[in-house]
Order: sequence, then structure tokens, then C-alpha cells
Amino acid sequence: MSLTLHINGETHSVDAEEDTPLLWVIRDDLDMTGTKFGCGVAACGSCTVLVDGIATRSCQTYLSDLEDSQVTTIEGIRGPVADAVQQAWRDLDVVQCGYCQSGQILSAVSLLSEVPKPSDADIDAAMAGNVCRCATYRRIRAAIHRAAAKLES
Amino acid sequence: MTLQTSRRGFLLAGGLSALAVGFTPGGRLAAGTPASHAFNPFVTIDSDGRVTVIVKHFEMGQGTSTGLPTLVAEELDADWEQIAVAFAPADNRRYANLAFGIQSTGGSTAIANSFLQYRQAGAAARDLLVRAAAGIWGADPADITVQKGMVGHGGKTLGFGALAAAAAGLTPAEAPRLKDPSAFRLIGDPKLPRKDSQDKTDGRARFAMDMKLPGMVVCVLKRPPRFGARVRQLDSSGAEGLPGFVGAKSLPDASGVAVYGKDSWSAIRARDAIEVDWDMTQAENRHSDRMLSDHLALLAAPHYQARKQVDPAETAAALAGAAKVVEAEFHFPFLAHAPMEPLVCVIEPTAQGVRLYDGSQFPANTQPTVAELLGLEVERVEIETLYAGGSFGRRATPNSDYQAEAAMAFALLGGETPVKLVWTREDDLGGGYYRPMAAHRARIALDQDGRIRGWDHRLATKSILKGSPFESFLVHDGVDHTSVEGLADSPYALPAFSVGLSDFETPIPVLWWRSVGHTHNAYAMEVMMDLAAEAAGQDPVAYRLSYLEGEDKDRRRLTGVLKLAAEKAGWSGPTAPNRGRGVAVHKSFDSYVAEVVEVSGHDGAIRIEKVTCAVDCGLPVNPDIIKAQMEGGIGYGLGAVMRNEITLSGGEVEQLNFPDYEPLRIADIGPIEVHILPSAEAPTGVGEPGLPPAGPALANAIRALSGTTATQLPMIKGGIAFS
Repeated sequence: MSLTLHINGETHSVDAEEDTPLLWVIRDDLDMTGTKFGCGVAACGSCTVLVDGIATRSCQTYLSDLEDSQVTTIEGIRGPVADAVQQAWRDLDVVQCGYCQSGQILSAVSLLSEVPKPSDADIDAAMAGNVCRCATYRRIRAAIHRAAAKLES
Repeated sequence: MTLQTSRRGFLLAGGLSALAVGFTPGGRLAAGTPASHAFNPFVTIDSDGRVTVIVKHFEMGQGTSTGLPTLVAEELDADWEQIAVAFAPADNRRYANLAFGIQSTGGSTAIANSFLQYRQAGAAARDLLVRAAAGIWGADPADITVQKGMVGHGGKTLGFGALAAAAAGLTPAEAPRLKDPSAFRLIGDPKLPRKDSQDKTDGRARFAMDMKLPGMVVCVLKRPPRFGARVRQLDSSGAEGLPGFVGAKSLPDASGVAVYGKDSWSAIRARDAIEVDWDMTQAENRHSDRMLSDHLALLAAPHYQARKQVDPAETAAALAGAAKVVEAEFHFPFLAHAPMEPLVCVIEPTAQGVRLYDGSQFPANTQPTVAELLGLEVERVEIETLYAGGSFGRRATPNSDYQAEAAMAFALLGGETPVKLVWTREDDLGGGYYRPMAAHRARIALDQDGRIRGWDHRLATKSILKGSPFESFLVHDGVDHTSVEGLADSPYALPAFSVGLSDFETPIPVLWWRSVGHTHNAYAMEVMMDLAAEAAGQDPVAYRLSYLEGEDKDRRRLTGVLKLAAEKAGWSGPTAPNRGRGVAVHKSFDSYVAEVVEVSGHDGAIRIEKVTCAVDCGLPVNPDIIKAQMEGGIGYGLGAVMRNEITLSGGEVEQLNFPDYEPLRIADIGPIEVHILPSAEAPTGVGEPGLPPAGPALANAIRALSGTTATQLPMIKGGIAFS
């Protein structure tokens, strides 16, 4: 069936079942591959996108849940918070294999949009769902603090 | 900086007027234009001045797409910003890993084997540009300078691009002069940015999982519930009529069923609807507890002695006459690699044969494996290497398992439709190729003064290499080196130290897992050293140092990192209340690493507060990447020893996704501080060596705090809780 999605400020009409995970529509139908498949059960965070600004696992979000929602992927993040986060990631060379980092960045953007100056505990809570097998966690934490400091100044 | 991932891409981008520098298969420097196809280049320079470094190792996060370009840019005196990166095509002769003689990445060898080769390529290119400029200006080449991508003489300057065409007509020097290390500007720069940071933070980095070709179908395999089972009968009627379902066919070797869909979700969903009747007669049907007791039974009479220089009778005599015997038994589970990007390989037909899109770790194996399956000549299999979303060893199977699956699935469909073979996380965790299970039993004989007089170490584990193409290189007199590495060749000066090895047999495929045999050998060794120190009533650092005395290079360098880590961790100072510190030191992949882990206790649960690491990996090429690899190795190792295991019940794997194989998460670990020893020695590996000391240092810290020795892994299984 034909469904309407709002992604990165654009409206897309996709031919898919209502119970199709958003992840696969973004990747396979709309060819936006920055959002990654890691586990399919919302346990690793590689597929994180923003749904109305909130970090959301797209592998367990179904098309039927998204009526009137605005979805933002790594390809579509804009604005001071996104800029600060991405720049901090680059300044500290956070990435290794990089596969999880779109999801990490979107979770960080979601956190800093809600909590401008997060504590370590805030970061632990907000980033708990994002796995990095390369274990870049120390740098992720430092990059979030760095982005917060930049946004404050 | 955009990463060029296509060979055709960089050749086309190069254009006719550009310069290419590389090596002939005989190892001689060669130069010309990229279009001449006389050799595969290591460096190309475009007419617009862009320098492309062709990286022969794949990028799985370890930093090789920054490291190898650093070597070229250094000798070329290029500006870091003008350096682009492309991955090498499959070409076993030109792009061989000089440590192995075949095109492959692994064993923490990328920088070590490339250090001179890539510098030579850069130096040759610089020399050609200088001579081209000298010709234009009528100057003596000795008077020409090169700085940050600009060639100059007496106030005149030209960029590399303007000189590339003229340089391409010259013959490269046989042995261009390399810089003295004191002149290094990029090598050793702690702030040199990674080349892949931009693409990996904006979603543009392309992995094999991201490939989509016109007309492509996606294939997932319905895999047997037990290792070694075979398809008896396939019933795909349940999937008929599902949206996007294309078809299902049994693989030629009956190891599984290929399920095809028009996209990923269609294939995954169809797989669930397909029924297979499995023949389990050749399958592994045991429970993992039973396998463990089978390992333990093998310790009674080792199949092989791995230290030929020691007579086990001498060890037995030392134990018989010991004032005190320290002993322990260690259990290590199967472990999955679980790279973030599940395995995936795309294959498409070309005019001559096929092209693979893969995070290709072993092109040298994959190319002939796929060629044989498809009845093609080897060179008709092209491989385009893309970023790999982690590997930790998993993408380097001697039999190219998942690429072979892609080739079979492609052939089954008729060989004309592009096929993307995708593993799900369930396939990954349940699919084998694990770090082998291992059991160790160690008995140390101490004299009255607490000195070691003998050490009887026995272990049982499945050989990784027996039956593989690498058997002849690394299995000697029955001993698989990877089973005993870091143990039988320990640099500690230990008297009457015998290592008995028994091979465990199972159809479960096993594989190198980040740092391979060191994963269990360093753990057993370094926990035993702590137990011996305790029995001797001595400080664990001082006790270790007493077995690392003398001028032996390994002992000297181990001493260096051990002292540095102890100093930086404040080892000699008091431990805060409710805190415990543990230490371990280990040599692996020619690098030396010591780590101190500090833990705290809260209501009976352990928290990792801090890790202090000291590493000696020779001359540090990319210090920040060295630190990143230490951080990563430590995290990967700690997460595994804390709580990861693959278990089987009646032959069936019990952990099929992350909730049952809980990876290290951000809250699990505090700060990691990495200190690099200055060194002028040749650079050595960093991808793996950070891992081996991490587990035993944690175990030793927990024992210092609570008195509990973690000998059964994962630690949570032995009753240790983490907060």
C-alpha cells in the first residue's frame, strides 16, 4: 500500500506494508544508507533516527506509527546542535570503524537538544542504547561535553 | 576528504596527465601515467595536485586509511589536506602484505609491513617531482625544496599538479633517500586528523551493507540450528505470496537455504516463513558444559609439548619438591566477534566475470575461492573494497565463508542477477567462527623464598589453523602456534616451564578473535603471576620485574611499559578505600603493553573506575590512533571477560542477539589513559596488543579488592557482579 512519510523535511510516498520497519524503508527504498542495520531488535542503536526530535530506533518503528511525524536521519541533521556535535566528533577523531556513529551522533543531538549541559550520568543514560564494538565510548563522552561547551559559549 | 573507494574511480579521476608511482611485482619502483596500466600504483598525483594514496589494507576502524597515507605524505612532503585515499583492488602480487606474502590484513601488521614500502613510494614520487622541476628551471635538484605540497627554488614555486606530467616521463630512482626520523613532520604528529572522520560523521561513508545495484536481489540464508547439520528437505510454501519474496533454493553443499527477496526486509521476513527439515546425523549435538568437561579431561595427558626445550619430568620434579604450590584452573568460553556491521557481500556480473563489493580482509583467499566456485579464472574476479564496519578477525576466514555464500547464492540464481548476501545479527552470533573455547590448568612450584622453580601449564582448545591453508606456516610438530602464543613463548625468565597442549575436536568453526591465542593465554599467565606474587608475599609489579631482568630485548621493553604504567597509575601510592588495583603486562604482535585497572566495590558489585595503559609499539606513526586502538582493545577485551559467552544447549547456540550477548556499553567503563613510550625501533602493531592485558588486570584488581579470583569466564558466570 502507499504510505506518506516526512523525512528530512521532504515528503515521500512509499509503497510498503504498514508493519515494515522504518529502517528498511529509509535504507532500501529511499536509499539513505547513513542509518545502519545492526541488530534489528532495538538493542544496539545503529539505526537511531530522530522522530519529532527524539532519538528513536528505526528498526522497531513501524510505518503505521509515523503518521504526521517528522523523521530526521544523519543525512538531514542541521542546526547549531548538530553542527556542534559533528564538529566535536571530528575534532576528537571519535570514529573507528564508524558503523555505529550515525546512531551515536543522533542520540547525542537528541540529548543536547533536551539537556544542554549534561552530566556524565546524563550521558550514560542517553547513550546507553548505542553500542560501539570499537569501544569509542571515552571519546564519545568527551565529544558530547565538548559540543555542550561550544554551544554554551 | 572524500575517500575514493573505486579503483576505476581513481584511475579515471587521475587522467592522462597525472603521475603514478608504484612497484613492479619484483618489488622495483616504477613510475608513469595511471593509464599506462604497467603496474598498480601506490601513489597517484593529478594535474590539479591531488595526491591519492592507494591503501593495500582494508579499513575496519584500525586507522590504516590514515596510517599508510601518513607514510607517503611524510616522504613526499605533501600537505595533509591534498591527500586522498583509495583502497587497492585485488592483486595478490602488487599489494601483498609483506609480513605474509599475500594480500591480507591481520595480525596487527599494517603499519609494520608498510612502513618502508609506502615511505619509498612517497620518496620516489618526491624525487621525480624535484627532478621534473629541476629540468624546467634548469636548476640542480639538490637546491630544490619541497614543503607542504609546494616545490620551490630561488623564490619560484610550483605545485605537484603542474609537475606531475613531466615527472611521469622520468625513471624513478632505484633507492630514493628516505628521511631521517628527526625530520619527520607528519609521522608522530599527535594531532594529525583521521582521513575517515568526515565521511563517518555525516552518513556518507559507504560500507558493503550500503550497496544497492540495479536489479539486485537480497539473499539471507536459512542456517542449520546445529553446526554440521544438512538440508534434507525444503518447504518454502509458507513464503509464497509474501510481498517481495523471490524464491528459495538449497545451497549446493546443503549447508543452508538461500532465501531471496527484492529487498532486505522481504528476504528476512520470507526466511521466517520457510521450513527446513535438517539432517542432524553429522551435527554437533553437545551442550557447552559437556564440551568444557571434555576440554578438562584432555588436560590429563597433553597431546603435544609446546616448549621442546623443557623436559616435563623436570617440571614434575620441581613441583614434587616445592615448598608451596600455586594452582588454578581457567575456563574460557566461545566468543563471537560481533562486528557492528553484520557480514555482507555483494556480487554482480561483469563482462569478464564478477565483481564483489566487500569489506575485504583477505582478497588473497577470497579471489580464488570465488573464482573456483564460479568456474572463473582468478583475475576475472574483481574485488572492490569498501569500509568494513569492524571485524576483530571475523572477516578474515581462511575459507572466505560469507563471500563463498554470496558466490553460491549468485550462481544458484543463474549468475546474471546481482546478489547481496546479508547476515543478520542472529546469523552472526549463531554462525560460529568463534574464539575457541579453552581450558587451562596451571601449577607453579615455589621455593621457600617465593621464587618460581617450575611451572606446569596445560591447555586444551580447538586448533584454529589445522585444516586451513595456513597450517603449514603456523603448525609445527602438531602445535598450532595460535593455541599457545603468548604462553609458550613468554619472555618471562621461568625455570622448568612446560606447556602441554591438547587439541579439542568439534564441528563448530573457530577463528582468530582480536589478539587470537593471547586472549586466553595472557589471562591465565598474568593471573597466575599475581597468584604467585601473592603466595610469595611480594608486590605484583616488583615480582614481575624480577622475572624481566637482563638485556633481553623483550624483557627490557616489557620492563619499560610495566614501570611506566605503574608510575602513571600511582601504583606505589595507597589505594583509596573500597578500591582495588590490578596489573598485567604482555607482549603480542611485537608490541609491549602494560595495563593497570582500578575498580571500586558498591554493595558487592564491581565498577571499573580507570584503566591506565602504557604501550611500546616502536616508533609511533599516528599517536592518536595508537591511543584509540589501545582504548578499543581494552574495551573490547573487558566487555568480553565481564559477561560474554556463546553457549550451546543440545548443540544449539543460546545467544542469538545482543540482549543475550550484552556488549560493553558506555556506562561500563571509566576513563582510559594511554601513555606511549618514545621509541626509535621499527613500528609494530596496535590493533590487537591493547587487549590481552586488560582482562587479567581486571581480574587482579577484583582479587585485590574482594579476594575473589576470576578463573571462570565470563566473570558474571563466576558470581562477580558489575555496576
